[in-house]
Amino acid sequence: MAGADGDDSLYPIAVLIDELRNEDVQLRLNSIKKLSTIALALGVERTRTELLPFLTDTIYDEDEVLLALAEQLGNFTMLVGGPEYVHCLLPPLESLATVEETVVRDKAVESLRKISQEHSPVDLEVHFEPLVKRLASGDWFTSRTSACGLFSVCYPRVSSTVKAEIRQHFRTLCSDDTPMVRRAAASKLGEFAKVLELDYVKSDIISLFTALASDEQDSVRLLAVEACVSIATLLPQEDLETLVMPTLRQAAEDKSWRVRYMVADKFSELQKAVGPEITKNDLVPAFQNLLKDCEAEVRSAAAKKVKEFCENLPEDSRETIIMTHILPCVKELVSDTSQHVKSALASVIMGLSTILGKDNTVEHLLPLFLAQLKDECPEVRLNIISNLDCVNEVIGIRQLSQSLLPAIVELAEDAKWRVRLAIIEYMPLLAGQLGVEFFDEKLNTLCMAWLIDHVYAIREAATCNLMKLVEKFGAEWAQNTIVPKVLGMANDPNYLHRMTTLFCINALSEACGQDITTKHMLPVVLKMSNDQVANVRFNVAKSLQKIGPVLDSNALQTEVKPVLEKLATDTDMDVKYFAQEAIRVLALA
Amino acid sequence: METTKLPPTSPSSPTTGFSVPSAEKVDGFPRRSMRRARQRRSHSSSQFRYQSSQVELTPLPLLKDAPVAELHNLFCKKLQQCCVLFDFLDCVADLKGKEIKRAALNELVESVATSRGVLIEPLYPETIKMISVNIFRTLPPSENPEFDPEEDEPTLEASWPHLQLVYEFFLRFLESPDFQPSMAKRYVDQKFVLQLLELFDSEDPREREYLKTILHRVYGKLLGLRAYIRKQINNIFLRFIYETEHFNGVAELLEILGSIINGFALPLKSEHKQFLVRVLIPLHTAKSLSIFHAQLAYCVVQFMEKDATVTEYIIRGLLKYWPKTCTQKEVMFLGEIEEILDVIEPSQFIRVQEPLFKQIAACISSPHFQVAERALYFWNNEYILSLIEENSQVILPLVFTTLYRVSKEHWNQTIVSLIYNVLKTFMEMNSKLFDDLTASYKVDKQKELKRERERAELWRGLEEQQERRLQTLGETSRNQKNLQERGEPPQPSSPQTALPKQPDLKSSGPYSTT
Repeated sequence: MAGADGDDSLYPIAVLIDELRNEDVQLRLNSIKKLSTIALALGVERTRTELLPFLTDTIYDEDEVLLALAEQLGNFTMLVGGPEYVHCLLPPLESLATVEETVVRDKAVESLRKISQEHSPVDLEVHFEPLVKRLASGDWFTSRTSACGLFSVCYPRVSSTVKAEIRQHFRTLCSDDTPMVRRAAASKLGEFAKVLELDYVKSDIISLFTALASDEQDSVRLLAVEACVSIATLLPQEDLETLVMPTLRQAAEDKSWRVRYMVADKFSELQKAVGPEITKNDLVPAFQNLLKDCEAEVRSAAAKKVKEFCENLPEDSRETIIMTHILPCVKELVSDTSQHVKSALASVIMGLSTILGKDNTVEHLLPLFLAQLKDECPEVRLNIISNLDCVNEVIGIRQLSQSLLPAIVELAEDAKWRVRLAIIEYMPLLAGQLGVEFFDEKLNTLCMAWLIDHVYAIREAATCNLMKLVEKFGAEWAQNTIVPKVLGMANDPNYLHRMTTLFCINALSEACGQDITTKHMLPVVLKMSNDQVANVRFNVAKSLQKIGPVLDSNALQTEVKPVLEKLATDTDMDVKYFAQEAIRVLALA
Repeated sequence: METTKLPPTSPSSPTTGFSVPSAEKVDGFPRRSMRRARQRRSHSSSQFRYQSSQVELTPLPLLKDAPVAELHNLFCKKLQQCCVLFDFLDCVADLKGKEIKRAALNELVESVATSRGVLIEPLYPETIKMISVNIFRTLPPSENPEFDPEEDEPTLEASWPHLQLVYEFFLRFLESPDFQPSMAKRYVDQKFVLQLLELFDSEDPREREYLKTILHRVYGKLLGLRAYIRKQINNIFLRFIYETEHFNGVAELLEILGSIINGFALPLKSEHKQFLVRVLIPLHTAKSLSIFHAQLAYCVVQFMEKDATVTEYIIRGLLKYWPKTCTQKEVMFLGEIEEILDVIEPSQFIRVQEPLFKQIAACISSPHFQVAERALYFWNNEYILSLIEENSQVILPLVFTTLYRVSKEHWNQTIVSLIYNVLKTFMEMNSKLFDDLTASYKVDKQKELKRERERAELWRGLEEQQERRLQTLGETSRNQKNLQERGEPPQPSSPQTALPKQPDLKSSGPYSTT
């Protein structure tokens, strides 16, 4: 290290600190982002004794600078001399953990959590835990909020007396006067429970959980639902009924829809955490209620969970529960007033067919699929179509194809281009499931019509779609059905359509192979090099560059090269540029 | 004890919920949402779900026909009748019941507003109960999850035909000459106020308008609740700023606070200063600032007029949160700065002029002409101009380079001619300094470029050194690792600490910039 120390004289700390103090925020930010470079230049000793005190004293900067600082300090252990000195990083991070801006505070907490792992157990008690205590008893809510995230990282590695103190502090914060702190505590409750000894989970955590779950503010109550998952996982089955279930039942019927929404959103996790017996007795009716909730938000969240919930039901009673309790609710949701609910349901409903098997699917689910395929909202229809593969496995797609076609056609012509784009993306999948004959007969025209859509994104997607279809159905099919139509567009009066020909060729040449490319596509491309629109001409150059690798060297030398050379002397500078580029890439010079 | 000035207006008649334009009186800006809301159909309410079974209502005798002895009893019965809630989403459901309740509410409003001696103690709990049952509810989710109060139509409360009358009744109750704060405070307690405050998030501007006037009355009459109300408003704002960025009633709450601040006693308590610095100033960071900026700026200026010593906090706070990318907000900030400068004391001005005029110079060089223009308008303000003149020795050097450069470069002709005027003013103000600055402009520019080069040089050197250092560090840690592997006692740290971190160090951002 002697040689490195010698360099220090080059950079007096004052110069470096000037950089960190520059008037221009952007320059200050740049300097802070390279703080490690500065620290490295100073060496570990001076970083500890001079740089860190400076940083601790000057934490009154723009939030953006503070955020960068908080992030940097999390990776600073080596720069202050390794784990035995890591506690030197605590003072600046402590100040950062108390600032107003949430983003900065969160980052400071994240860094503190990170470096807590690098503390020895002794340092943790001597330096880290006192910091947590100071934050936990800070005047302003920001420091107390930050403290909530630090308990769980130091708890496992301190002595039992300190553990008791930590538990006490956490308890205090759970009943803090400001809702912001209670929210922070509630959001860390599950994480803290995980590091506590089981006895303390039962004695401490449960009472805190119950209190937070009946807080006067719904924003606090809903966070307790999240904690519920972790807590239920920790407790032995026989304690769940008395310790957790009363609170969970209450949450599922909370008067605030936000809390009920949270229950619906976490339903699968809750289901796993409480186990099959409680699921059968309690969660099934609760789930039914959520599916019938008066708020569409809650119904959507629950509808999204239908498949997962059914999948995870205990196998012995799964079918009965679904048929008698869940399916009737699902049937109602198919004609819900909110399109979000219907669309959420449509995204999972197909998954039920694998669970219920062929007969039930045909008898009970198929009518629902068909109803959703005719829904007025395109998103619902799309969600159904995008999940066809599930049904295909169980009953085959033929059952649906008669209803499918009108739905697809309607989506393909939807006025919103995003809807059209979405259906294009499912085309290869559909083609695979419906087979080549059905495709040629019913869908081919659609695919070709998209090529002349007035929205570029659609034409682009249509091109890409053709490529995938060729990959699926083979070169021969391409030559017979697609290539003639594509090449025909080369004579279209609209230059955008002529360019589409080129884009299609770019996409198809590889999948179609050398023979088709040389015989059918290349002549068309070469002919288009005389197009009067410069955009077409430079796209010819680009196309030639693209299909070059597929051609043999004879074609390249005798046909492609002269055309590119001609284009390289074009009057338009872009045409020239791309022609030269193609010559260079294809090594024709 | 601080006093509050009650706003002069109150909802005038029970039939027009819109005639409460006190917002307009304060800030002069009618809110668009209110005007547009009129044509809208109501749609949403989550009020109804809490009622389990429907009760059939039967009409009661009219209050005005009741004998005096019966009056209170009948009043009470009407209150109880009004606790029944109806489904307004189904507009034809139970029309008879709805009509009976509407008539009863109208009678209650009428009675409280006009006759004396009706409000006796036993009626307080019944009254508050009826109000609570009707107005307190979890607000429904917004129909439009990306609701933009500036662009979108608000969702109106479906049960408004009844709700409005309940609010009207509440307001008349609070304003009645018979109203006894000492009796009411037992029922209008902290829990009640907290629920009332939560309703300010209602998307329906008519509801917020009533709430504003009502909360103001409560604040004015129930002195014991004042500190609590202020604290809870703080919490709402802090959640809005730092957590959700969503609360519909910020403007209304600020309007109430405007008149509360007006009544603060001097010297300002530290609680109030903290509110200014930690809540009001950070509110400027909100994305939706434009919706409540007028009310916010009013509050800020109120603070300054109360106590000039807060000026520096305010200006420095605004400079800290100065918008970086949103020019629309930048124009609002400049507007607020002008309002502040309009009432600033010259001694306070001197304390902030340096950072302030650096920012103003930055605004003048904004490529967005509205920002530049708004900043240059300061020179049209006579009071500000006099402040600038007094301190031209300090201010001119701060803005000169910018003015000089922008006058040559700006794309917008209006800006260029405004700048010429400003330069001319300066020339007349302090021609000696102006000439010196013109003379040294080129030299300063050279110096600036030199500093730029030196900085680049410094960082290049630092980065080269870093390369060498990293190699050394790498070797050291490898040596340490070898030592550990040979069974040396480990460092007093947990095993997953420094050593495996080494690759992290290399890959993390700052080290890969060479």
